[in-house]
Amino acid sequence: MFYREAGDFKTSYTEDNQTFPIKFDRYRYYAVLVFAFAVVPFVINDYWVNAVFLPFLIYAIAAIGLNILVGYCGQVSLGTGGFMAVGAYAVYKLMTSFPDVSMFIHVILAGVITAVVGVLFGLPSLRIKGFYLAVATLAAQFFLVWLFNRVPWFYNYSASGQISAPERTVLGVPITGAETAPWAAYLFCLVFVTVCAIIARNLTRGMAGRKWMAIRDMDIAAEIIGVNPLKAKLTAFAVSSFFVGISGALFFSVYLGAVEVGEVFGINKSFLVLFMVIIGGLGSIFGSFAGAAFLVLLPVLLKNTLVGGLGWPTDLAAHLEFIIVGALIIIFLIAEPHGLAQLWRVTKEKLRLWPFPH
Amino acid sequence: MNDMTPEGYTTADGRKIGGVVMEMKNITLRFGGVVAIKDISFDIRQGEIRAIIGPNGAGKSSMLNVISGFYNPQEGEVWYKGERRPPMKPFEVAQQGIARTFQNIALFEGMTVLDNVMTGRIREMKAGLFSQAIWKGKAEREEVENRAVVEKVIDFLEIQHIRKTPVGRLPYGLKKRVELARALAAEPSILLLDEPMAGMNVEEKEDMSRFILDVNDEFGTTIALIEHDMGVVMDLSDRVVVMDYGKKIGDGTPDEVRNNQDVIDAYLGVAHD
Repeated sequence: MFYREAGDFKTSYTEDNQTFPIKFDRYRYYAVLVFAFAVVPFVINDYWVNAVFLPFLIYAIAAIGLNILVGYCGQVSLGTGGFMAVGAYAVYKLMTSFPDVSMFIHVILAGVITAVVGVLFGLPSLRIKGFYLAVATLAAQFFLVWLFNRVPWFYNYSASGQISAPERTVLGVPITGAETAPWAAYLFCLVFVTVCAIIARNLTRGMAGRKWMAIRDMDIAAEIIGVNPLKAKLTAFAVSSFFVGISGALFFSVYLGAVEVGEVFGINKSFLVLFMVIIGGLGSIFGSFAGAAFLVLLPVLLKNTLVGGLGWPTDLAAHLEFIIVGALIIIFLIAEPHGLAQLWRVTKEKLRLWPFPH
Repeated sequence: MNDMTPEGYTTADGRKIGGVVMEMKNITLRFGGVVAIKDISFDIRQGEIRAIIGPNGAGKSSMLNVISGFYNPQEGEVWYKGERRPPMKPFEVAQQGIARTFQNIALFEGMTVLDNVMTGRIREMKAGLFSQAIWKGKAEREEVENRAVVEKVIDFLEIQHIRKTPVGRLPYGLKKRVELARALAAEPSILLLDEPMAGMNVEEKEDMSRFILDVNDEFGTTIALIEHDMGVVMDLSDRVVVMDYGKKIGDGTPDEVRNNQDVIDAYLGVAHD
């Protein structure tokens, strides 16, 4: 009733090309932004930031990155954990080498470095496809983790082999280290999420996105109409790795503060982000957010209801979580292969006609 | 066709046809021991509708694939706009202004009709990744300018109503039309159509024939097409190449080809005595 296209006439292609062509969508998007930037920072505490908001925001960036590669360009990757590790170690080396530079610049540079590494590991995609490419990116995952474990230069020769984030600031406000205020860490990540999402959306609705989707849907036809497959695939790897690198940098420096590479950025991380993309919806920016929210919130919710509410033992709840997440993935793959984003789209289609479906 | 000169000729219905755009010289294409095309030469002239016909397995589609750069022939030369074309990747050929459609529709099923047709504008849209990322400057300008061209094609082919529909949901006939729209959006100097009427009913065939003639008439596009429906071919095309078993057995106007004994033999078979 309130969600209508009718009467919302577009008089220029610019208007028709915008991200949210429907008025209601647009206002809802502004409302969410205002709420996230102007309300949430004042009401959140340490628990909410560390248990919910930071992981959600950071995983959302990683999911957007992986979605560009898998969902838009159709190149399956299992190397997400490894690329996040590249971002984390890049930001660590930058933070310790140039202590006076703003964290903003460090995180962006970490993304750029990861993009370069991503392109290198994307080169095999020109020759191999599907499962075989997945295995090739798996090699990236194991090689990168091994590299960061074995070469002491990466962790500045520390005795433990771990990296830990020293205190660094943005505009005088500490963002990393023990002194960080919850709202500062939250806002720092929120800015990155917002910018990344806007960039991803712009790229995917423009020519770059069309080239990626053309490669995904039918690579031979894409080539016949003039898409250079080499360039299209490598830009997808670069952009995807850029986002994944940023998320890895934030994950290490802002969220965890100290990292042991094999534990944090192992193959589990790759699968987790891939599940987020699949559950959220392949080929959808909103889906990346939905998937990240789902897989971050579900454990918190289960833990609070089962352990906190019903008084079950913690290990039982943890195991149940595995079962539930596993079952959900299977159910999603069968019932709705396009994920939460598709459910959302169907709801919107229904809403547009509601309450008179004909 | 007595008035055939290097500068062109006039068709039966009075259209002026220009000089040679593309010339195939002694093309031979082999797959291992199989000779798909054997020593074929023909030319395509500016503004004409050129048909390639022949029985199944004659090598018509292979010929089209040679033109669009999908196969590189072992022998022979391809001349395009007065220059010999070196072996090229398909996307380089596309960037030279040769667009095509496929026998089995090759659209991007997950994208909307509009996005599919917009991919046809790939040659014109060169904004850098950064400009696209912030959706300002060149990228935004290009989107709007090329959208205008695409809308003209969409309008021309009468597919406005399905603009925002994902291609996967469309019926067969419309998909064929969208594919033609995508090729047309590129404003190609040569348009290659691989069986544009395959699997269509009479009405859809009539529509498609009308579109092909209109495209040729309105934009002056040179068209090379493969088709099995003889009625359609004879009606539409200015000149016809007939292939059989990889060899050229006839070349000329529809009337000349129709009366060519080799062609009749190839289609109807010959009595062995």
